[in-house]
Amino acid sequence: MKVREVIEKLELEVITATHPGKEVRGGYSGDLLSNVMAKAGKGDLWLTIQGHQNVVAVALLTGVAAVIIVENLEVEKEAIQKAEEKGVNLLRSKLSAYQLGGRLYQMGIR
Amino acid sequence: MKEKYILEKRIEKGDFNKGGEASSKLKDLLRKLGVDSAVIRKTAIVTYELEMNIIIHSEGGWIRAAISREGIQIFAADDGPGIADLEKAFQPGYSTASDQVREMGFGAGLGLVNIKNYSDELKVDTKTGVGTKIRAIIHLV
Repeated sequence: MKVREVIEKLELEVITATHPGKEVRGGYSGDLLSNVMAKAGKGDLWLTIQGHQNVVAVALLTGVAAVIIVENLEVEKEAIQKAEEKGVNLLRSKLSAYQLGGRLYQMGIR
Repeated sequence: MKEKYILEKRIEKGDFNKGGEASSKLKDLLRKLGVDSAVIRKTAIVTYELEMNIIIHSEGGWIRAAISREGIQIFAADDGPGIADLEKAFQPGYSTASDQVREMGFGAGLGLVNIKNYSDELKVDTKTGVGTKIRAIIHLV
């Protein structure tokens, strides 16, 4: 499944989507960046409450397909700029990480 | 023998804006060199944690990397203050980070744990009031 399909199916808000054709392979949910660094893998959708620019750095390093900021939380301007610059897909959902994770799992992203 | 660095980058204290730049740059370099993706992943994790530790905990320092027969060597050297209790610092969950840093998702006491878990060889030299020097090696095979 592509990032673009996930955006459509879950009505995600697109903050930046420079690479909507990226393939989604799985998912990871977490807000402690060291944990995410160690556990998130290439092609994952990363669900988090963190909306600052270090999230973009971690997204690049882990190679996740997209970052989804949950609960409609604020995303810092610097994070958006950096995501655009580095080509990181940055999305947002009004759902909690728990709810969104459940929906993704139902969609077959496991 | 003097190391020939493929990466040499100054890291400033508290410079969260640039957090991850050294590790991203190293990752790109290794990818261009055709290094195995599992090795790159381990290197990225270790370098990122070393880099963030300099930003969060030190007075500033350097990240350097070299490739040798032993593998990818990553060096972190900072200007202090040194790690007071090294044994504790390696305990998962132990951190001296401020609340502000923790709110950003850092300082969970997992940095050195990741460094240890994802490097194949690790040497830490630290002296209170002087600084910390770390050498991590990730084997190529």
